[in-house]
Amino acid sequence: MTDTTILEINNISVVYSDVIQVLKGVSLVVKKKSITSLIGSNGAGKTTTLKAISGLLKPENGRVTDGTISYDGAAIQNHAPEVITRKGIIQVLEGRQPFKYLTVEENLIVGTAIRWRQPYKKDLEMVYNYFPAIVRRRKMLAGYCSGGELQMIVMGRALMAHPALLLLDEPSLGLAPMVVREIFEIIKKINAEQETSIVLVEQNANMALQISDYGYVMENGKIVMEGAARNLVENPDIKEFYLGMGASGVLKSYDDVKSYRRRKRWL
Amino acid sequence: MNFFLQLFINGISIGFLYGLSAMGFVMIFKSSSVLNFAHGELLALGAFFFLAMVTWVKLPVVLAFLATLAACFILGFIIERFFLRPLIGEPLIYVIMLTVGLASMFKGFMLLFWGGNLQTYPDFLPAFLGIEWHVINIPPVYTAALIIGIMFLILFGLFFKYSSQGIFMRSVADNQKAALSLGVHVQRVFALSWAIAALVAGMSGIVLGIINGINVHDLSAIGLKVFPVVILGGLDSIGGAIIGGLIIGLLETFTGGYISPSLSDVVPYVILVIILMVKPYGLFGLEEIERV
Repeated sequence: MTDTTILEINNISVVYSDVIQVLKGVSLVVKKKSITSLIGSNGAGKTTTLKAISGLLKPENGRVTDGTISYDGAAIQNHAPEVITRKGIIQVLEGRQPFKYLTVEENLIVGTAIRWRQPYKKDLEMVYNYFPAIVRRRKMLAGYCSGGELQMIVMGRALMAHPALLLLDEPSLGLAPMVVREIFEIIKKINAEQETSIVLVEQNANMALQISDYGYVMENGKIVMEGAARNLVENPDIKEFYLGMGASGVLKSYDDVKSYRRRKRWL
Repeated sequence: MNFFLQLFINGISIGFLYGLSAMGFVMIFKSSSVLNFAHGELLALGAFFFLAMVTWVKLPVVLAFLATLAACFILGFIIERFFLRPLIGEPLIYVIMLTVGLASMFKGFMLLFWGGNLQTYPDFLPAFLGIEWHVINIPPVYTAALIIGIMFLILFGLFFKYSSQGIFMRSVADNQKAALSLGVHVQRVFALSWAIAALVAGMSGIVLGIINGINVHDLSAIGLKVFPVVILGGLDSIGGAIIGGLIIGLLETFTGGYISPSLSDVVPYVILVIILMVKPYGLFGLEEIERV
């Protein structure tokens, strides 16, 4: 491991309830200050990979049975989330999970849990700078905010912890295209200004690859392809299966649907 | 009219105590979804500990009160640490059955040490707390109950609204997984809820002990009254617990005063059933904020 690497996952297997194997030997590397995206279809194991990193497998009765996850040179697999978050890894959960009955500002304050008792006024300001849209909602219950605002709240909440490694699980889920663009701009800005390394799990492969430095493609609990993001965008298989374009690069129309489908050759 | 006012004030004071001890119950339920069947025993333990402090150790009353609160707080921590934590991850029903077991255990201890007889505290409340105004006559203990009740209510209100730890506790009650993902010490929150719940229970135990005398069976039965209170207020609403407590307290004293003292334990439950038929979530139970 070189000193430009912040996280290295080495051939991990994850098993839920001791029987259901979800990850079958996943390896990946996240460079410091980079955005790494993890794309793949539903059930490929992207979220499980993130949870293996953040320690959130434990409450779901999952376990890393094989392999190592090393963060800043120390093994962290199967550690408790209380420990891992204090090392600087914060995961933003899929599907926006706000504290509905807390106000927006209180939601943000929960983000300071890992450094309880330290002042946080400046951090609030920083978060409001990134997400000006939620400032006027400060005193409102988070449960009544819109989807886009909620995504900003949960990301802001994570930023309050000053993570060195931010794990974002599907930030674009169920948002309007305009809002998705806005959110991705902000992710990029956070990465550049706060020097936060980011792992981005996305269905919206196009958007994700556009702002990423490096990408991994997952299928059936394995990494099947990896490469610099700009190379992945050009890859004909990626285009066909994840970007919704024909191998030629033109958007496919239902007119030229063929009775057979191109095979994913790398499976 | 005088009689009415008198009953009203008694009802409010008792209701506040019910509400406060129910608040402890609700806190445990909100943070960890555990129904604590040992709540009445915690209440009685507080009352007996205070008795021991006052009559055996002969501490001054204020010190004895503070010592009791501290002891209850620590007891809450111990219960969580040694009895509940090992059960984390087990089905909830085991945990609830465990609290039933704890209840019998505590009751056994108290019977062993203090016996089943009715005991009383020495009279220590200063007479100036009693209010006599025109025809209204409030005994000192009700004034004290009211003052202590309101004080605790304000303290906890401020704690949950403004302190970080209070906000963390609410976050766990709200969405445990999200709290975990941000590094909130969920187990510490559980421990703290138990400690605070035991503290409030102990406090109500002392005041109820002053009003009715101290007896294991009576006090733990009062603990069961938290059930109508919290179900009325909504199982997950702390403010609702207080208002539920006030309603049950008033109903009880009014039935006792106007109809028959022997009915005072029954009527609150009858009203409870009626209210629940109209509002199944309780008066202040959270209906899910549902956005589509």
